[in-house]
Amino acid sequence: MTIEFNNNLPIYLQIMNYIKLQIVTGKLGPGEKIPSVRELASELKINPNTIQRTFQELEREGVAESRRGLGRFVTSEDEKIMSIKKEMASELLERFIGGMRELGFDGDNIVKIVAESVEDGKREPGGSHSGTTA
Amino acid sequence: MEQLLEFETVSKKFGSKAALQGISLSVNPGRIVGLLGSNGSGKSTLMRIAAGLIRPDSGKVRVLGDEPGVQSKARVSFMPDKPQFESWMTVGEALNFQKDFFPDFDPDKSKRMLDFMKLSRKDKTSSLSKGMQERLQLTLALSRRASLYLLDEPIGGVDPVARDHILDALVEFYEEDSSVIVSTHLIADIERIFDEVLMIKDGSLVLREDVERIRLTSGKSVDQLFKEVYAEC
Repeated sequence: MTIEFNNNLPIYLQIMNYIKLQIVTGKLGPGEKIPSVRELASELKINPNTIQRTFQELEREGVAESRRGLGRFVTSEDEKIMSIKKEMASELLERFIGGMRELGFDGDNIVKIVAESVEDGKREPGGSHSGTTA
Repeated sequence: MEQLLEFETVSKKFGSKAALQGISLSVNPGRIVGLLGSNGSGKSTLMRIAAGLIRPDSGKVRVLGDEPGVQSKARVSFMPDKPQFESWMTVGEALNFQKDFFPDFDPDKSKRMLDFMKLSRKDKTSSLSKGMQERLQLTLALSRRASLYLLDEPIGGVDPVARDHILDALVEFYEEDSSVIVSTHLIADIERIFDEVLMIKDGSLVLREDVERIRLTSGKSVDQLFKEVYAEC
């Protein structure tokens, strides 16, 4: 497990996002055990207190649950995992739409461009983007 | 909770030069604290007072609840910024020396650390490169099961790769219920392992803050904040 940390953002948030990504992509399955604080600290070379805080936040959000004496586990509720996925998608969308609006595109244009781009992707397997968006 | 280290308006002069001016601070157990400051800001003086090597001119110092002395030295592991071993020693002899002095020396831990640091007991300390000397320094300091570790510039003279390795060793081998104070002026490389930072300038404490709070509230890295704080002079 490796993360390129950005020193300008709280490290615990970056680790939280990383673990969430692992969960929605299925690398950490529902109900699967999460590494211990000590393990993750030495793997990521991060202060154990920071990992502790990451886990506390994940538990507070219901993404992880701790079982006394057994460790911490990914939630086994599919709904929760789905909602993490939606949340991450909406963050991406928000950023994308914000960027497009800054470039001067309105809502209809954004939808059109996205639709065209997705169509292009279908026609050219491998997803190479040729300059045919005009 | 017992404070591991407490300074109350501590001042120290060398000749006419004030090294520390009325510093007050405290360190809780289980924390990795960065002591940040440019060269000559008073970092080493603060460390040496906490280690009980020099006395302050005024103010109160409490280490593990007591004045620095024989008892505190048995529970505080200090790594000075210059080699503390003699040039005729081998690595093994330097370790034995440390072991004879400190009852909390853990031979098993020192063995694991030697492997991690790729040092051999047979190596002559005089033939070690600067980076390897720093590794040995850290091995000597962290092989003890101390309550408080004071590491003065542990990554001062080594290249970035060796630096990473030393930081990895720090996270790997420090005792979780103890605290570590690391002095440095190289912040970008090391800030990921800190809980909090103390910034000192011209012998005075200018900032004490939780590192994640710095990032959360200012959107800046500790390194950026440090540069801003020190650019003001």
